[in-house]
Amino acid sequence: MASTKHTLRTPLSRVRGLGSARSGTSHFWHQRLTAVANVPLALAFIAIVVCATGSGYEEALALVRSPLVAILLLLFILSAAYHMRLGMQVIIEDYVHSGAKVAAVIANTFFAVLVAAAAVFAVLKITFGGM
Amino acid sequence: MAKFSLPKNSQIKEGKAWPKPEGATNVTAFRIYRWNPDDGQNPRVDTYYVDRDDCGPMVLDALIYIKNKIDSTLTFRRSCREGICGSCAMNIDGANTLACTKAIDECTSKGEVRIYPLPHMPVVKDLVPDLTRFYAQHASIEPWLKTTTPEPEKEWRQSREDREKLDGLYECILCACCSTSCPSYWWNGDRYLGPAVLLQAYRWLIDSRDEATGERLDNLEDPFRLYRCHTIMNCANVCPKGLNPAKAIAEIKQMMVTRQL
Repeated sequence: MASTKHTLRTPLSRVRGLGSARSGTSHFWHQRLTAVANVPLALAFIAIVVCATGSGYEEALALVRSPLVAILLLLFILSAAYHMRLGMQVIIEDYVHSGAKVAAVIANTFFAVLVAAAAVFAVLKITFGGM
Repeated sequence: MAKFSLPKNSQIKEGKAWPKPEGATNVTAFRIYRWNPDDGQNPRVDTYYVDRDDCGPMVLDALIYIKNKIDSTLTFRRSCREGICGSCAMNIDGANTLACTKAIDECTSKGEVRIYPLPHMPVVKDLVPDLTRFYAQHASIEPWLKTTTPEPEKEWRQSREDREKLDGLYECILCACCSTSCPSYWWNGDRYLGPAVLLQAYRWLIDSRDEATGERLDNLEDPFRLYRCHTIMNCANVCPKGLNPAKAIAEIKQMMVTRQL
Protein backbone atom coordinates (compact mmCIF):
# COMPACT_ATOMS: atom_id res chain seq x y z
CA MET A 1 0.00 0.00 0.00
CA ALA A 2 1.10 3.51 -0.77
CA SER A 3 1.10 4.63 2.85
CA THR A 4 3.84 2.16 3.85
CA LYS A 5 6.29 3.59 1.30
CA HIS A 6 8.84 6.04 2.55
CA THR A 7 7.55 9.57 2.27
CA LEU A 8 8.02 12.87 4.05
CA ARG A 9 4.33 13.80 3.76
CA THR A 10 2.52 13.79 7.10
CA PRO A 11 0.08 10.95 7.81
CA LEU A 12 -2.82 13.44 7.87
CA SER A 13 -1.85 14.84 4.47
CA ARG A 14 -1.74 11.32 3.04
CA VAL A 15 -5.12 10.41 4.56
CA ARG A 16 -6.76 13.60 3.28
CA GLY A 17 -5.28 12.92 -0.15
CA LEU A 18 -7.16 14.71 -2.91
CA GLY A 19 -10.11 15.39 -0.62
CA SER A 20 -13.63 14.06 -0.75
CA ALA A 21 -15.07 13.30 -4.19
CA ARG A 22 -18.43 14.77 -3.05
CA SER A 23 -20.11 11.89 -4.89
CA GLY A 24 -20.93 8.25 -4.44
CA THR A 25 -24.42 8.69 -3.00
CA SER A 26 -26.05 8.58 -6.44
CA HIS A 27 -24.16 5.39 -7.23
CA PHE A 28 -25.26 3.88 -3.90
CA TRP A 29 -28.87 5.01 -4.34
CA HIS A 30 -29.17 3.87 -7.97
CA GLN A 31 -27.78 0.47 -7.05
CA ARG A 32 -30.55 0.04 -4.45
CA LEU A 33 -33.18 1.51 -6.80
CA THR A 34 -32.35 -0.91 -9.64
CA ALA A 35 -32.16 -3.77 -7.12
CA VAL A 36 -35.73 -3.05 -6.03
CA ALA A 37 -36.84 -2.72 -9.67
CA ASN A 38 -35.11 -5.99 -10.58
CA VAL A 39 -37.19 -8.05 -8.12
CA PRO A 40 -40.54 -7.79 -10.00
CA LEU A 41 -38.84 -7.43 -13.41
CA ALA A 42 -36.74 -10.58 -12.97
CA LEU A 43 -39.82 -12.51 -11.83
CA ALA A 44 -41.69 -11.25 -14.92
CA PHE A 45 -38.73 -12.23 -17.12
CA ILE A 46 -38.68 -15.76 -15.68
CA ALA A 47 -42.45 -16.07 -16.20
CA ILE A 48 -42.08 -14.91 -19.84
CA VAL A 49 -39.28 -17.43 -20.48
CA VAL A 50 -41.35 -20.24 -18.91
CA CYS A 51 -44.34 -19.30 -21.09
CA ALA A 52 -42.17 -19.25 -24.22
CA THR A 53 -40.42 -22.60 -23.61
CA GLY A 54 -43.53 -24.76 -23.85
CA SER A 55 -44.58 -23.40 -27.23
CA GLY A 56 -43.06 -23.30 -30.72
CA TYR A 57 -40.94 -20.61 -32.38
CA GLU A 58 -43.89 -18.69 -33.87
CA GLU A 59 -45.74 -18.66 -30.54
CA ALA A 60 -42.64 -17.39 -28.77
CA LEU A 61 -42.31 -14.55 -31.32
CA ALA A 62 -45.97 -13.68 -30.88
CA LEU A 63 -45.46 -13.55 -27.11
CA VAL A 64 -42.55 -11.09 -27.38
CA ARG A 65 -44.56 -8.98 -29.86
CA SER A 66 -47.32 -8.32 -27.34
CA PRO A 67 -46.87 -4.78 -25.94
CA LEU A 68 -46.91 -5.70 -22.24
CA VAL A 69 -44.31 -8.47 -22.65
CA ALA A 70 -42.07 -6.29 -24.83
CA ILE A 71 -42.19 -3.41 -22.36
CA LEU A 72 -41.43 -5.70 -19.40
CA LEU A 73 -38.49 -7.22 -21.29
CA LEU A 74 -37.11 -3.78 -22.22
CA LEU A 75 -37.42 -2.53 -18.64
CA PHE A 76 -35.70 -5.64 -17.31
CA ILE A 77 -32.85 -5.31 -19.82
CA LEU A 78 -32.22 -1.66 -18.99
CA SER A 79 -32.54 -2.06 -15.21
CA ALA A 80 -30.42 -5.23 -15.09
CA ALA A 81 -27.69 -3.82 -17.35
CA TYR A 82 -27.46 -0.61 -15.30
CA HIS A 83 -27.40 -2.62 -12.07
CA MET A 84 -24.69 -4.87 -13.53
CA ARG A 85 -22.55 -1.87 -14.45
CA LEU A 86 -22.92 -0.28 -10.99
CA GLY A 87 -22.15 -3.55 -9.17
CA MET A 88 -19.16 -4.42 -11.34
CA GLN A 89 -17.72 -0.94 -10.82
CA VAL A 90 -17.78 -1.48 -7.04
CA ILE A 91 -15.87 -4.76 -7.47
CA ILE A 92 -13.30 -3.06 -9.72
CA GLU A 93 -12.82 -0.23 -7.20
CA ASP A 94 -12.41 -2.81 -4.42
CA TYR A 95 -9.77 -4.97 -6.06
CA VAL A 96 -8.06 -3.19 -8.97
CA HIS A 97 -5.47 -0.75 -7.67
CA SER A 98 -3.10 -0.49 -10.62
CA GLY A 99 -3.33 1.80 -13.63
CA ALA A 100 -5.71 -0.79 -15.11
CA LYS A 101 -8.49 0.61 -12.94
CA VAL A 102 -9.60 3.36 -15.33
CA ALA A 103 -9.40 0.97 -18.29
CA ALA A 104 -11.48 -1.58 -16.35
CA VAL A 105 -14.12 1.02 -15.45
CA ILE A 106 -14.33 2.10 -19.11
CA ALA A 107 -14.52 -1.50 -20.36
CA ASN A 108 -17.19 -2.25 -17.77
CA THR A 109 -19.37 0.63 -18.97
CA PHE A 110 -18.89 -0.27 -22.64
CA PHE A 111 -19.71 -3.92 -21.95
CA ALA A 112 -22.93 -3.08 -20.08
CA VAL A 113 -24.06 -0.67 -22.82
CA LEU A 114 -23.23 -3.23 -25.52
CA VAL A 115 -25.16 -6.03 -23.79
CA ALA A 116 -28.14 -3.73 -23.22
CA ALA A 117 -28.08 -2.42 -26.81
CA ALA A 118 -27.94 -5.92 -28.31
CA ALA A 119 -30.77 -7.19 -26.09
CA VAL A 120 -32.95 -4.10 -26.70
CA PHE A 121 -32.33 -4.38 -30.43
CA ALA A 122 -33.41 -8.04 -30.40
CA VAL A 123 -36.70 -7.25 -28.63
CA LEU A 124 -37.42 -4.25 -30.88
CA LYS A 125 -36.62 -6.24 -34.03
CA ILE A 126 -39.10 -8.94 -33.02
CA THR A 127 -41.72 -6.40 -31.98
CA PHE A 128 -41.46 -4.02 -34.94
CA GLY A 129 -39.42 -6.04 -37.45
CA GLY A 130 -42.45 -7.69 -39.00
CA MET A 131 -40.85 -11.14 -38.98
CA MET B 1 -4.63 -5.80 -7.73
CA ALA B 2 -5.22 -6.90 -4.16
CA LYS B 3 -2.46 -9.27 -3.00
CA PHE B 4 -3.60 -12.64 -1.72
CA SER B 5 -0.21 -14.18 -0.90
CA LEU B 6 2.56 -12.93 1.36
CA PRO B 7 5.87 -11.73 -0.10
CA LYS B 8 8.83 -14.10 0.59
CA ASN B 9 10.23 -12.08 3.48
CA SER B 10 6.86 -12.04 5.23
CA GLN B 11 6.16 -15.77 5.16
CA ILE B 12 5.82 -17.06 8.70
CA LYS B 13 8.32 -19.76 9.76
CA GLU B 14 8.11 -22.23 12.65
CA GLY B 15 9.88 -20.64 15.61
CA LYS B 16 11.30 -21.74 18.91
CA ALA B 17 9.48 -24.02 21.37
CA TRP B 18 10.32 -22.71 24.85
CA PRO B 19 10.69 -25.20 27.73
CA LYS B 20 7.67 -26.04 29.86
CA PRO B 21 7.62 -24.58 33.36
CA GLU B 22 9.06 -27.12 35.81
CA GLY B 23 6.63 -28.91 38.09
CA ALA B 24 3.56 -27.36 36.49
CA THR B 25 0.53 -29.63 36.16
CA ASN B 26 -1.95 -27.28 34.49
CA VAL B 27 -0.23 -26.04 31.33
CA THR B 28 -1.65 -24.24 28.26
CA ALA B 29 0.32 -23.79 25.03
CA PHE B 30 0.55 -20.33 23.45
CA ARG B 31 1.58 -19.95 19.81
CA ILE B 32 2.69 -16.36 19.36
CA TYR B 33 3.78 -14.38 16.28
CA ARG B 34 7.29 -12.98 16.58
CA TRP B 35 9.02 -10.52 14.30
CA ASN B 36 12.04 -8.36 14.97
CA PRO B 37 12.81 -5.55 12.51
CA ASP B 38 16.50 -5.60 13.45
CA ASP B 39 17.54 -9.21 12.80
CA GLY B 40 16.60 -9.46 9.11
CA GLN B 41 14.75 -12.75 9.71
CA ASN B 42 11.29 -13.78 8.56
CA PRO B 43 8.46 -13.68 11.09
CA ARG B 44 8.12 -16.86 13.14
CA VAL B 45 5.65 -18.46 15.54
CA ASP B 46 7.09 -19.34 18.96
CA THR B 47 5.49 -21.81 21.34
CA TYR B 48 5.30 -21.00 25.04
CA TYR B 49 3.86 -23.07 27.88
CA VAL B 50 2.08 -21.16 30.62
CA ASP B 51 1.55 -22.56 34.12
CA ARG B 52 -2.14 -21.77 34.60
CA ASP B 53 -1.92 -22.24 38.37
CA ASP B 54 0.58 -19.37 38.48
CA CYS B 55 -1.23 -17.05 36.03
CA GLY B 56 -4.39 -14.92 35.92
CA PRO B 57 -7.41 -15.90 33.78
CA MET B 58 -7.02 -13.49 30.86
CA VAL B 59 -4.84 -13.72 27.75
CA LEU B 60 -3.02 -10.55 28.84
CA ASP B 61 -2.14 -12.26 32.12
CA ALA B 62 -0.53 -15.05 30.11
CA LEU B 63 1.42 -12.58 27.94
CA ILE B 64 2.72 -10.84 31.06
CA TYR B 65 3.58 -14.26 32.56
CA ILE B 66 5.57 -15.11 29.41
CA LYS B 67 7.37 -11.76 29.39
CA ASN B 68 8.22 -11.96 33.10
CA LYS B 69 9.11 -15.62 33.41
CA ILE B 70 10.02 -17.09 30.01
CA ASP B 71 11.05 -14.58 27.35
CA SER B 72 11.51 -10.91 28.17
CA THR B 73 11.95 -10.01 24.47
CA LEU B 74 8.26 -10.65 23.69
CA THR B 75 6.86 -7.24 22.75
CA PHE B 76 3.25 -6.11 23.11
CA ARG B 77 1.26 -3.04 24.14
CA ARG B 78 -0.75 -3.03 27.35
CA SER B 79 -1.84 -0.46 29.87
CA CYS B 80 -5.14 -0.46 31.75
CA ARG B 81 -5.77 -4.27 31.80
CA GLU B 82 -9.53 -3.60 32.04
CA GLY B 83 -10.74 -2.94 28.48
CA ILE B 84 -10.78 0.85 28.50
CA CYS B 85 -7.47 1.89 26.92
CA GLY B 86 -7.51 -0.33 23.82
CA SER B 87 -3.75 -0.89 23.88
CA CYS B 88 -3.71 -4.69 23.92
CA ALA B 89 -5.84 -5.21 20.77
CA MET B 90 -4.52 -8.24 18.88
CA ASN B 91 -5.68 -11.25 16.90
CA ILE B 92 -6.43 -14.04 19.39
CA ASP B 93 -7.73 -17.44 18.27
CA GLY B 94 -8.52 -16.02 14.83
CA ALA B 95 -10.47 -12.93 15.92
CA ASN B 96 -9.42 -9.43 16.87
CA THR B 97 -10.07 -8.62 20.49
CA LEU B 98 -8.53 -7.15 23.63
CA ALA B 99 -6.12 -9.52 25.39
CA CYS B 100 -7.12 -8.08 28.77
CA THR B 101 -10.84 -8.89 28.51
CA LYS B 102 -10.49 -12.24 26.70
CA ALA B 103 -10.40 -15.29 28.97
CA ILE B 104 -7.77 -17.90 28.10
CA ASP B 105 -10.38 -20.67 28.37
CA GLU B 106 -12.51 -18.99 25.68
CA CYS B 107 -9.81 -19.25 23.03
CA THR B 108 -8.37 -22.75 23.19
CA SER B 109 -10.50 -23.99 20.27
CA LYS B 110 -7.39 -25.54 18.67
CA GLY B 111 -6.04 -26.86 21.97
CA GLU B 112 -3.67 -23.91 22.10
CA VAL B 113 -3.97 -20.12 22.11
CA ARG B 114 -2.81 -18.55 18.84
CA ILE B 115 -1.88 -14.86 19.05
CA TYR B 116 -0.99 -12.59 16.13
CA PRO B 117 -0.84 -8.80 15.74
CA LEU B 118 -3.88 -6.97 14.30
CA PRO B 119 -4.18 -8.11 10.66
CA HIS B 120 -3.00 -6.17 7.62
CA MET B 121 -1.21 -3.42 9.51
CA PRO B 122 2.53 -2.78 9.26
CA VAL B 123 4.20 -4.53 12.23
CA VAL B 124 6.57 -2.56 14.44
CA LYS B 125 7.69 -5.60 16.45
CA ASP B 126 6.01 -8.86 17.53
CA LEU B 127 2.43 -7.99 18.53
CA VAL B 128 2.79 -4.22 18.06
CA PRO B 129 1.14 -2.85 14.89
CA ASP B 130 1.83 0.57 13.39
CA LEU B 131 -1.46 2.49 13.80
CA THR B 132 -0.18 5.84 12.47
CA ARG B 133 -2.57 5.90 9.53
CA PHE B 134 -5.49 4.79 11.70
CA TYR B 135 -4.93 7.71 14.06
CA ALA B 136 -4.50 10.13 11.13
CA GLN B 137 -7.82 8.92 9.73
CA HIS B 138 -9.41 9.61 13.09
CA ALA B 139 -7.91 13.13 13.06
CA SER B 140 -9.21 13.66 9.51
CA ILE B 141 -12.87 13.49 10.62
CA GLU B 142 -12.16 16.30 13.13
CA PRO B 143 -13.54 14.53 16.20
CA TRP B 144 -14.46 17.55 18.26
CA LEU B 145 -17.51 19.79 18.72
CA LYS B 146 -17.73 22.38 15.94
CA THR B 147 -19.95 25.42 16.39
CA THR B 148 -20.41 28.90 14.93
CA THR B 149 -22.95 30.19 17.47
CA PRO B 150 -21.09 32.15 20.19
CA GLU B 151 -20.27 29.91 23.09
CA PRO B 152 -22.89 29.97 25.85
CA GLU B 153 -21.88 31.23 29.28
CA LYS B 154 -22.14 27.87 30.98
CA GLU B 155 -22.35 24.96 28.57
CA TRP B 156 -23.86 23.60 25.33
CA ARG B 157 -27.13 22.10 26.48
CA GLN B 158 -28.52 18.82 25.22
CA SER B 159 -31.85 17.09 25.88
CA ARG B 160 -31.91 13.71 27.55
CA GLU B 161 -33.21 12.13 24.29
CA ASP B 162 -30.42 13.69 22.22
CA ARG B 163 -27.83 12.52 24.72
CA GLU B 164 -29.17 8.98 24.41
CA LYS B 165 -28.39 9.05 20.69
CA LEU B 166 -24.69 8.95 21.62
CA ASP B 167 -25.08 5.67 23.50
CA GLY B 168 -23.42 2.84 21.61
CA LEU B 169 -21.05 5.39 20.02
CA TYR B 170 -19.20 7.19 22.81
CA GLU B 171 -18.04 3.88 24.31
CA CYS B 172 -15.63 3.28 21.40
CA ILE B 173 -12.04 3.15 22.69
CA LEU B 174 -10.36 3.22 19.24
CA CYS B 175 -8.63 -0.14 19.73
CA ALA B 176 -8.82 -0.75 15.94
CA CYS B 177 -10.14 -4.31 16.34
CA CYS B 178 -13.02 -3.54 13.95
CA SER B 179 -11.12 -1.66 11.26
CA THR B 180 -8.38 -4.29 11.06
CA SER B 181 -10.97 -7.09 10.80
CA CYS B 182 -12.62 -5.47 7.78
CA PRO B 183 -11.63 -6.94 4.36
CA SER B 184 -12.62 -3.69 2.69
CA TYR B 185 -10.20 -1.86 5.01
CA TRP B 186 -7.50 -4.45 4.19
CA TRP B 187 -7.79 -3.85 0.44
CA ASN B 188 -8.45 -0.09 0.50
CA GLY B 189 -7.26 1.12 3.91
CA ASP B 190 -5.38 4.00 2.31
CA ARG B 191 -8.66 5.59 1.12
CA TYR B 192 -11.47 3.87 3.06
CA LEU B 193 -11.80 5.34 6.56
CA GLY B 194 -12.83 2.03 8.11
CA PRO B 195 -15.51 1.13 10.69
CA ALA B 196 -13.92 2.65 13.81
CA VAL B 197 -13.35 6.07 12.26
CA LEU B 198 -16.79 6.08 10.58
CA LEU B 199 -18.43 5.21 13.91
CA GLN B 200 -16.59 8.18 15.40
CA ALA B 201 -17.71 10.33 12.45
CA TYR B 202 -21.32 9.33 13.13
CA ARG B 203 -20.86 10.12 16.82
CA TRP B 204 -20.28 13.77 15.79
CA LEU B 205 -22.88 13.78 13.00
CA ILE B 206 -25.62 12.75 15.42
CA ASP B 207 -24.54 15.07 18.25
CA SER B 208 -27.36 17.63 18.64
CA ARG B 209 -24.88 20.31 19.80
CA ASP B 210 -22.70 20.13 16.67
CA GLU B 211 -23.27 22.75 13.95
CA ALA B 212 -21.09 21.29 11.21
CA THR B 213 -23.21 18.29 10.19
CA GLY B 214 -23.39 19.32 6.53
CA GLU B 215 -19.64 19.89 6.22
CA ARG B 216 -18.97 16.60 7.95
CA LEU B 217 -21.24 14.81 5.45
CA ASP B 218 -19.52 16.65 2.56
CA ASN B 219 -16.17 15.35 3.71
CA LEU B 220 -17.42 11.78 3.97
CA GLU B 221 -19.33 11.71 0.67
CA ASP B 222 -16.82 9.74 -1.33
CA PRO B 223 -16.83 6.36 -3.10
CA PHE B 224 -13.83 5.30 -0.99
CA ARG B 225 -14.01 7.14 2.34
CA LEU B 226 -17.56 5.93 3.10
CA TYR B 227 -18.95 3.71 0.37
CA ARG B 228 -16.30 0.95 0.61
CA CYS B 229 -18.44 -0.47 3.44
CA HIS B 230 -20.23 -3.50 2.00
CA THR B 231 -21.87 -4.51 5.32
CA ILE B 232 -19.55 -7.50 5.78
CA MET B 233 -20.23 -7.09 9.54
CA ASN B 234 -16.86 -8.35 10.83
CA CYS B 235 -16.65 -5.04 12.69
CA ALA B 236 -19.76 -5.73 14.77
CA ASN B 237 -18.71 -9.36 15.31
CA VAL B 238 -15.32 -8.54 16.82
CA CYS B 239 -15.94 -5.28 18.71
CA PRO B 240 -14.76 -6.03 22.27
CA LYS B 241 -17.10 -3.32 23.57
CA GLY B 242 -20.14 -4.85 21.86
CA LEU B 243 -20.70 -1.84 19.57
CA ASN B 244 -22.05 -1.94 16.02
CA PRO B 245 -19.98 0.20 13.61
CA ALA B 246 -21.82 -1.26 10.58
CA LYS B 247 -25.07 0.22 11.88
CA ALA B 248 -23.43 3.62 12.36
CA ILE B 249 -22.15 3.48 8.76
CA ALA B 250 -25.64 2.55 7.51
CA GLU B 251 -26.99 5.58 9.38
CA ILE B 252 -24.44 7.83 7.66
CA LYS B 253 -25.45 6.44 4.25
CA GLN B 254 -29.08 7.11 5.14
CA MET B 255 -28.22 10.72 6.04
CA MET B 256 -26.50 11.06 2.65
CA VAL B 257 -29.61 9.85 0.81
CA THR B 258 -31.96 11.88 3.01
CA ARG B 259 -30.25 15.16 2.17
CA GLN B 260 -30.62 14.43 -1.57
CA LEU B 261 -34.24 13.26 -1.73
